Amino acid sequence: MTWVLVGVLAAGTLALKTFGPIVAGGVQPPPALVRVIDLITPALLTALIVVSTFSDGRALVLDARAAGVAVGVVLLLVRVPMVVAMVAAAVVVAGIRLLVS
Amino acid sequence: MSTARSAALRASAPLALPTAALGVTFGVLAAPIFGTVPALLMSAIVWSGAAQFGAVSVLGGGGSMPLAMGTGLLANARFLPMGFALAPSLNGSPLRRAGTGALMVDASFALAHRGEGRFDPVTVVWSAPLQYVGWVGGTAAGVAGATMLADPGRLGLDVLFPVFYLGLLLPELRGPSRRLVVAGLSALVALVLIPVVPEGVPVLAAAATALLGLKEPS
Repeated sequence: MTWVLVGVLAAGTLALKTFGPIVAGGVQPPPALVRVIDLITPALLTALIVVSTFSDGRALVLDARAAGVAVGVVLLLVRVPMVVAMVAAAVVVAGIRLLVS
Repeated sequence: MSTARSAALRASAPLALPTAALGVTFGVLAAPIFGTVPALLMSAIVWSGAAQFGAVSVLGGGGSMPLAMGTGLLANARFLPMGFALAPSLNGSPLRRAGTGALMVDASFALAHRGEGRFDPVTVVWSAPLQYVGWVGGTAAGVAGATMLADPGRLGLDVLFPVFYLGLLLPELRGPSRRLVVAGLSALVALVLIPVVPEGVPVLAAAATALLGLKEPS
């Protein structure tokens, strides 16, 4: 059964990723669709940020990650390099967890 | 090596470590459920944290195999609209376009965005290798029993993902003002949906706020 699961997830994921490129590749979409495509990246990134900061499975949580992300936002807004902001956020989160546990 | 290739490799590098850490967690969780070799091959073939964690959490919680498959695929449903977003920027044969699409992950998609609906295919492709090596390498360490690395939370590694995505989002928001509106709506939709729908659906539904673009700008 495990191999069926591996096969289904692999084939399904591949199909989801390649369907658009195969059927709509290189075709210039109408202007309304171009505007939608332009907005997909910020919408997707925001959703990923919210989910990876405030969720634990299906629970909505406020924990050390929120503090780390807050530090990351401030550092990124003052144009600190990405890697520095990432490390600073991780240090904050690890520190809070060390103190709380 | 061309500049675009090495730029994409460099830009994707910060995610290699947290991806590997997540791979370790997956390997540790999945090896007792699937066995060592299937767990490792799953990472090598499926190459999707969202789908694999979704499936493992269902099976680990006593859920059925069909439910695990459904949950795993639902977690990846966002790749369907993302593929259509990428498609206009892809040239060449259908096989070549499919190859680029297959290498799309969240980070490579966002890194490749050039605005006005365009994406750089070279960036999609060359943001992928380090992520793949991190994911499969991390899983290998996990199934081999690297349990002391199984809790990336202790080192704060789990926060590296949202901060990396923020680093990609902020420059996007300096563009057309509609992006800010959509980002705000997307955050709201995701927050509201997290406790009420299966994992994967909040991101999919929140990404749908991009449909606001169908309206003519005023």
